[in-house]
Amino acid sequence: MFAPAPYLLKDVSVSQVMTQVCIALVPGIAAYAWLVGPAILAQLVIASLAALLAEAAMLRVQRKPLALFLSDGSAIVTAWLIALTFPPLAPWWLVVTGTVFAIVIAKHLYGGLGQNPFNPAMVAFAVCIVAFPALMSQWPVVGLQQSLLEQINVILGLSPRLDALSSATPLDAMKTSLKLGEGSVDVAQLLANQDIFGNFAGRGWEWVAAGYLLGGLWLWQRKLISWHVPVAFIGALALISGVLWLYNPAQFANPLFHLFSGGAMIGAFFIATDPVSGCTTPRGKLIFGAGAGLLAYIIRVFGGYPDGVAFAVLLMNLCAPVIDLLTQPPIFGMKDKA
Amino acid sequence: MLMNLFKFKGGVKPPTNKTQSVGLPIAQAPLPSRLVVPLHQSIGGTPRPVVEAGDHVLKGQLIGEADGWISAAVHAPTSGTVLAVEMQAQPHPSGLDALCVVIEPDGKDEWIARETVDYKSLKPEEVRERLQQSGVVGLGGAVFPTHGKLTASKTVPMDELVINGAECEPFITCDDLLMRERADEVVRGIGIFRDLLQPKKVLIGIEDNKPEAAAAMRAAVAALGEDFAVVQVPTLYPAGGAKQLIRVLTGKEVPASKRSTDLGVQCFNVATAYTAWRAIAHGEPVVSRLVTVSGNVQEPRNYEVLIGTPMGELLKLAHPHPDTDGIVMGGPMMGFLVPNADVPVVKATNCLIAHSERIFPPKAPEMPCIRCGACAQACPHELQPFELYWFSRAKNFGKTQEYAIFDCIECGCCSFVCPSRIPLVQYFRFAKSEIWARERDKNAADAAKARFEFKQLRDEREKAEKAEKLAKAAAAQAAKKAAEAAAAAAAETVVAESPAGGPVAAPTAAPLDAGKEAKRATIEAAMARAKAQREAVQPKNTEAVTIEQQRAMDEIESRRVVLAPASQEPAGPTGEKAE
Repeated sequence: MFAPAPYLLKDVSVSQVMTQVCIALVPGIAAYAWLVGPAILAQLVIASLAALLAEAAMLRVQRKPLALFLSDGSAIVTAWLIALTFPPLAPWWLVVTGTVFAIVIAKHLYGGLGQNPFNPAMVAFAVCIVAFPALMSQWPVVGLQQSLLEQINVILGLSPRLDALSSATPLDAMKTSLKLGEGSVDVAQLLANQDIFGNFAGRGWEWVAAGYLLGGLWLWQRKLISWHVPVAFIGALALISGVLWLYNPAQFANPLFHLFSGGAMIGAFFIATDPVSGCTTPRGKLIFGAGAGLLAYIIRVFGGYPDGVAFAVLLMNLCAPVIDLLTQPPIFGMKDKA
Repeated sequence: MLMNLFKFKGGVKPPTNKTQSVGLPIAQAPLPSRLVVPLHQSIGGTPRPVVEAGDHVLKGQLIGEADGWISAAVHAPTSGTVLAVEMQAQPHPSGLDALCVVIEPDGKDEWIARETVDYKSLKPEEVRERLQQSGVVGLGGAVFPTHGKLTASKTVPMDELVINGAECEPFITCDDLLMRERADEVVRGIGIFRDLLQPKKVLIGIEDNKPEAAAAMRAAVAALGEDFAVVQVPTLYPAGGAKQLIRVLTGKEVPASKRSTDLGVQCFNVATAYTAWRAIAHGEPVVSRLVTVSGNVQEPRNYEVLIGTPMGELLKLAHPHPDTDGIVMGGPMMGFLVPNADVPVVKATNCLIAHSERIFPPKAPEMPCIRCGACAQACPHELQPFELYWFSRAKNFGKTQEYAIFDCIECGCCSFVCPSRIPLVQYFRFAKSEIWARERDKNAADAAKARFEFKQLRDEREKAEKAEKLAKAAAAQAAKKAAEAAAAAAAETVVAESPAGGPVAAPTAAPLDAGKEAKRATIEAAMARAKAQREAVQPKNTEAVTIEQQRAMDEIESRRVVLAPASQEPAGPTGEKAE
């Protein structure tokens, strides 16, 4: 009989980790479904099914044990992040395309669980926003009175995609208006439009972001994520938006608006903290988080896309290996030499 | 006593499982039917057997003589007859057999004449030698010969002597019971160490889950009028690792590349101090030790056990449950399953745990690493276990060394917390043993190469010397001939008495030629020597290298020199002898 020590093991597993990440997303999802519309629940189901099917197919092809890997929960986390970052009324096939691309290409073709250099959900987002820019930019008007069934019909293409359904995200609305106004419009005037904007960021969306913040803090409290990435991400985003806001408050929105808009909160706590594609050393995590926050701001304010979190995270994923290499912490007994 | 304690990073808190085995006092295990005493029970040289089959031995009689300074003697655990000196299975994860002295007890348990001395009347080196002759080794599990650790550094003053009573591994309670019941002799043993090392202070570290042991030690320290500090340290595995305990008590971090004495600190286990006292003050060599028997048994407790007792016989005393399917020697974090129940208790055996799936559930299947970093957070040596794992798996051993694999103490914290259930420590052991094996192969190859080159160099030198000798002889010959010719010519001129200048030129030319000839021969010989030397230097593929490559080569070269100074030096001479 050969079994190596330790014989006592802590009660932890990959599926426990992934399940807790999903639980941490629940407050954000609840706010989303309540304030923006129940369509997100349908999208979560569609994305999850697509992810599990794609995962099963890829596992079968590679002859890996199906039950073991399907139950690890990693595909579900990817699926949920895709559903939560895509427009809630996007057609079903768009979400499925993104999910299948994430699981098959971004994850399994790179070696499967633990091997992907890029965050699969963000790869899906980047691919779809490049391939289907119009569909990826159609967001519903917040507070739209539509039942879950009606919304599902829109997603499945059984009901027409009414123009009234499509709007821009608060971030996009802000950027476009400022650009079109060419200096004649100021941020305060725009924020007064309560159809789009709420108390401190987008109407409804600000509470979704607050939900992610709450879930993220819970993850930190459970020690599933360390403080480094979220703090650096939020700190860098607040810093750059704060500096520009102080420089010209009429043309640049305040830090609070940026932190609670778009993918900032979900990015800081759930996407940039992905251990597989991110940095692992404490200093590396700080650089990774700060870089992602900074790039997200630059892309969303000066770039051509409505939000910059996905591209920011992917760009930092590219840098992660070299950052890790350069930020190896000193080991026990060698601190004075480092 | 209030004292500023330090923290080490990482560590884990497995369930301690210690209360089961502390309820009963230490019991004397009965004489077993047979004792199998391995000769190699400590780090260092393997002791040479000094008894043969058929010899009668007394309890405490020397049966294995220390081989070199880092080695410790081995003694008969009881009186009886030597049945054999033969290879037997060992309680070692390698599963390899080793030379053992098998003794059949005669039941009398008759001691040798025990000499009691006052160690203060002995010189320090005599005390160290007595410890070596008594087989005193580190009983915390590392079994390093104790006398080898009792010399202070010549350059660094000895600040602290750390005594390890932390006992951080789950299930193990033998040090706890030892301190509770025999604190007086432990403290006296510490006194010997203190007198030899002359530290500024003595710190006895005990995890705070053993208040009874700490109280007993405090009482003993006070009763003996010593100024040792008994310090309760937070219960956090592996606080009982020597380096971790030194860190907690002194704030000093001893890296793998240094001795603790280089930092002015030394560490001994409480049980080692106890056996040192018994050896010096009572003349009793180490023939028994305390062993915790716990796990899947009805009556967990601590036993005083003779070295060489078959583990199965000891385990039976605690009545193992019927579903017991193996014996773990050591704790559940760093111990290992012994190959069978017949292997003997040795000096390193601090605990036997009856293994069953009920107390140690089978591990879930291994999953891929998700780089969550839990292992890095748990590592008390602040390594990056997941990086080491990738490199070990890929057999990229150079990289594992870059990431300090030899600083890994194999405590098991990383495996304990890994959500993917990766047996990380196993990967690291694999990488270390591969590196050692390659180092050994490389040293052997280097030695062979050095021998070969030396032989070639000598052959070439002999050839060159021969050529030189020949050339010299030829030159001498030519000079002689020229001289003769000159003499003849001179004779002729005397006879001819020619006034003309022409013929006179001839005799002067001959000696001139002879001189030239000799010079040429010398030059040729020198050139032959140079050529031989050039050829002796083997052609290398290291002429056109980049700066980085050169640097890497220099580094490897320097490492090799450090690793094997002894094996390389004698290579030439031994090669010469072999011929």
